[in-house]
Amino acid sequence: MMLDASTISLDGVRNSAKEMFDEGWRFVTQTVVDLGDEGFDILFHYDKDLAETHYRARVPKGTVVPSISGIYFAALLVENENRDLFGLEYDGLVLDFNRTLYLEESGDPMTAPFCKITTFINPNAKTEA
Amino acid sequence: MTRSIIPFGPQHPVLPEPLHLKLTVEDETVVEAIPALGYVHRGLEGLAQRRDYHQMIYVVERVCGICSCIHAMCYCNAIEKLMGLEVPRRAKYLRVIWSELHRVHSHLLWLGLFADAFGFESLFMNLWKIRERVMDINEATAGNRVIVSTNIIGGVRRDISEDWLKQILKDITEIEQQLKPMFDVMTNDYTIKKRTVGKGVLSKELCHQLGAAGPTLRGSGWAQDVRQLKYEAFDELDFEPVVEYDGDCYSRNKVRFRETFQSLEIVRQAINRIPSGELAVKPKGNPDGEIAFRVEQPRGELFYYVKCNGGKNPERVRIRTPTFANIPPLLAMLPGAQLADVPVLALSIDPCISCTER
Repeated sequence: MMLDASTISLDGVRNSAKEMFDEGWRFVTQTVVDLGDEGFDILFHYDKDLAETHYRARVPKGTVVPSISGIYFAALLVENENRDLFGLEYDGLVLDFNRTLYLEESGDPMTAPFCKITTFINPNAKTEA
Repeated sequence: MTRSIIPFGPQHPVLPEPLHLKLTVEDETVVEAIPALGYVHRGLEGLAQRRDYHQMIYVVERVCGICSCIHAMCYCNAIEKLMGLEVPRRAKYLRVIWSELHRVHSHLLWLGLFADAFGFESLFMNLWKIRERVMDINEATAGNRVIVSTNIIGGVRRDISEDWLKQILKDITEIEQQLKPMFDVMTNDYTIKKRTVGKGVLSKELCHQLGAAGPTLRGSGWAQDVRQLKYEAFDELDFEPVVEYDGDCYSRNKVRFRETFQSLEIVRQAINRIPSGELAVKPKGNPDGEIAFRVEQPRGELFYYVKCNGGKNPERVRIRTPTFANIPPLLAMLPGAQLADVPVLALSIDPCISCTER
């Protein structure tokens, strides 16, 4: 069983979000699935009168993803969470925590308790070693 | 006018949860609010890839203690759909009974904390005293007061005896009687209305645009409740979403109190209609595929995305909790509020940070 999700390209991310917003759909959340060498699946979940619609964008790792937080402000938190946990980069994020939504603003996040599963790469890690 | 940035939380006398906001204020007026998460982030979604799909029940139950039963129910439903399991009807009714009792004690916990936030300590203690009755039912029927841990893949792990079903009917009738005078206080008292009416107003349109969920959404006039999707035994239970229309703290408060009565009524219906039969079917093999599943938690819509690849461990479990959805609406209602009203506004979304950060 696979989720019934319409496939969209990276260019279609904002267009689909705008269409959903104009049609009165409520933003539920985004889901990122790490596919290893194949990149990421980014799923966009919407709701209208309890009906669900899902979109799927498959992107290579390192791709800058268009943020939909300018259309759906509610996407602000989940996109920042995806920055923290998957290292995703977003273009146009209305408030960018720069990978510190869950992590401390200073210090080494890789040594923070409970945050060791993050994919955050400490830019100073090599020089410190 | 001088601007100051005031940290609100994560430790604060009025907060039961480590909510953390950075408030920019001009004199006593909030002009901007920025959330700061991470205080209780535990990486539970990451843990999903390291635990088999049965073990994950124990993990999701610990996303949030207060609605642990509903997290497990949502996760089990997702796995059961992937495996094509048909859960016995009695198990579905038992899940409804335990999950609605969770909604009752969650709402009573919140109502007490809300009363405490504006200085009604006697009301707070009385509401929590009544809540103890529900906790006693949990303990008697499941062995635990908070994390009842009754859900398993394919059904439930234990039954409720006929004697105890009769006792629960008696208990919930007494709980209703004890709650009625408190509902009058909560909805009619001059001071409470002064602190809640017209505070933190979210218009119907804005609330929807900001992705609000649960009583926050219904308090702004949206008749949307995920239980309308008729999961578990809700297809055989009479139920209409509780809706209020003013979009303020008073409306959200009223929605939760009315939902407490509603959940007690749902428990009564479920007990009166529960069929006899098996408690569970045994799963064979491992789940394969992906699914999104939603249930109604006390704080609103709980969303699970589960992807499995035929192995023992899920490939991905994504959990979007209702408080996560209700933080953007909170950020929208804070600017313009007086600093003294911030605790009431923050509590009005019933924040659960343990859920939010996972």
